[in-house]
Amino acid sequence: MQRFVYQRARQPIEAVQMTAADSRGRSNAQYLAGGTTLLDLMKLDVMQPDVVVDINPLAESGYGRIELNQHGLRLGALVRMAEAADHSGIKSEYPVIAQSLAQAASQQLRNMASLGGNVLQRTRCTYFRDVSYGECNKREAGSGCAAMTGFNRMHAVLGGSDHCIATYPGDFAQALIALEAAVEIVSRSGNRTIPFANLHRKPADTPDQETNLRPGEIIASFMIPAAPWTRRSLYLKVRDRQSYEFALASAAVALEQQNGIVRAARIGLGGLATVPWRAVEAETLLRGKPVNDDNAAAAAKAAFASAQGHGHNEFKIELGKRTLVRALQQAAALNI
Amino acid sequence: MVKRIPHSGTITPRSGPDRRSLLMGTVSTAAVPVIARGAQAQTSPTAPTSTINRPVDIALTINDREHRLSVDVRTSLLDLLRERLGLTGAKKGCDHGQCGACTVLLDGRRVLSCLTLAVAAQRHNVTTIEGVANDGELHPMQQAFIEHDAFQCGYCTPGQIMSAIGCVNEGHAENDTDIREYMSGNLCRCAAYPNIVDAVKQARSVMKTASTQ
Repeated sequence: MQRFVYQRARQPIEAVQMTAADSRGRSNAQYLAGGTTLLDLMKLDVMQPDVVVDINPLAESGYGRIELNQHGLRLGALVRMAEAADHSGIKSEYPVIAQSLAQAASQQLRNMASLGGNVLQRTRCTYFRDVSYGECNKREAGSGCAAMTGFNRMHAVLGGSDHCIATYPGDFAQALIALEAAVEIVSRSGNRTIPFANLHRKPADTPDQETNLRPGEIIASFMIPAAPWTRRSLYLKVRDRQSYEFALASAAVALEQQNGIVRAARIGLGGLATVPWRAVEAETLLRGKPVNDDNAAAAAKAAFASAQGHGHNEFKIELGKRTLVRALQQAAALNI
Repeated sequence: MVKRIPHSGTITPRSGPDRRSLLMGTVSTAAVPVIARGAQAQTSPTAPTSTINRPVDIALTINDREHRLSVDVRTSLLDLLRERLGLTGAKKGCDHGQCGACTVLLDGRRVLSCLTLAVAAQRHNVTTIEGVANDGELHPMQQAFIEHDAFQCGYCTPGQIMSAIGCVNEGHAENDTDIREYMSGNLCRCAAYPNIVDAVKQARSVMKTASTQ
């Protein structure tokens, strides 16, 4: 691990000042919350910050708060995954959120990892994580992509480019994108709020730029608006082992249903794409119809219309469709 | 500087010092003296900021004792426990948060000490396997692991026990399915899993009885 300067920020304003760029506009600072991604990747020399700003004290400034009312759910960025997963109100009103968190990682990691850090977790692509591979456009812009012709069983079938097919590994983000969450962001120049769907960037020809966060910006909270579909929601995760594993395919599904007819559907797909992925075409197809075998299959087909396999991961296209079909059927059958 | 014991492929003869006592001896000469809590409470450590090349002074509360020492800011809580304080119960399995062998409690919640910076663990209470027995009497979870033969080689066991204590206290040990799910962060290459589930169930009952008395 490279040497770094450790700083501890007590207030948001202090934190954003500590990561200020130098006179040449450079800043290689990283925020430390749970540390479960950052320290892992620092040990691997994949990440080499020269300044680490510990923002955990900001939990006292509202960043550690869960607020649930008739307008929606507000989750502070320093709420731990386990806290939100075990929150009784979230479990009953926003089950897809609680389930996406409970099915991720292990309880030790969920006790440590913050929600803000969770959505920013880096890919598990083995070529990204192993610096002995020279080719990784995400680690070093323009160096190439070893996964394209390498072992890519876990890699993305949606949202990839010729330069990167690394899978976005998170679960919680799929619930956030499905439920049309917003992200409150703090910086030296003030606060701004963006749709969660605009937080991550598809790799395109700059896979090293993963988010639209500007240098020094901090995620303060996530806001999930109340909606008629949040209670009839679930997270279905398919993986190589039943627990403590990343998704091969997953679906975050929320339905507003009346007399067996879908009035509105919201769908996120995990383990399959390079970024948190919303399946808008599938949502549109389901509107005004019952979730039967044919309609669910048609929605799944639409969701994967642009899917592209790269050899080892071809199976994920069919697996992803079946995962979505099952999730839709389970959500439609929920007794609410 | 802490002297590192080179990894040795030879077996130490019974008559000589074994590897553990040799390690402990080395650590005791290297570690900063341990000070009982309260003795230095008037000088609470601040020093939240390090510089690039100098060690940082920290104070950590581990098993109800305060330790003050100077560390390289990169030091993980796990390395500090094992190499600076001689608390070798927490094990280094993967060092990347994948195996659970390094599990300790931070303010009562189970966490991975390999992914925790020692400097960031200040102001929290750390509990390790060395701190769970009470006056020489084993913790109910330790006793249950022995009675159910919930290990073979024992390497993952301190992490399993710390995780299991956390699991019961969280209320995530109500049935076999929950125990398996919420203990999934602790890998056991000897596959003692069925016996671990049995041990957690036994300890759960004892811990519940104890907490209602």
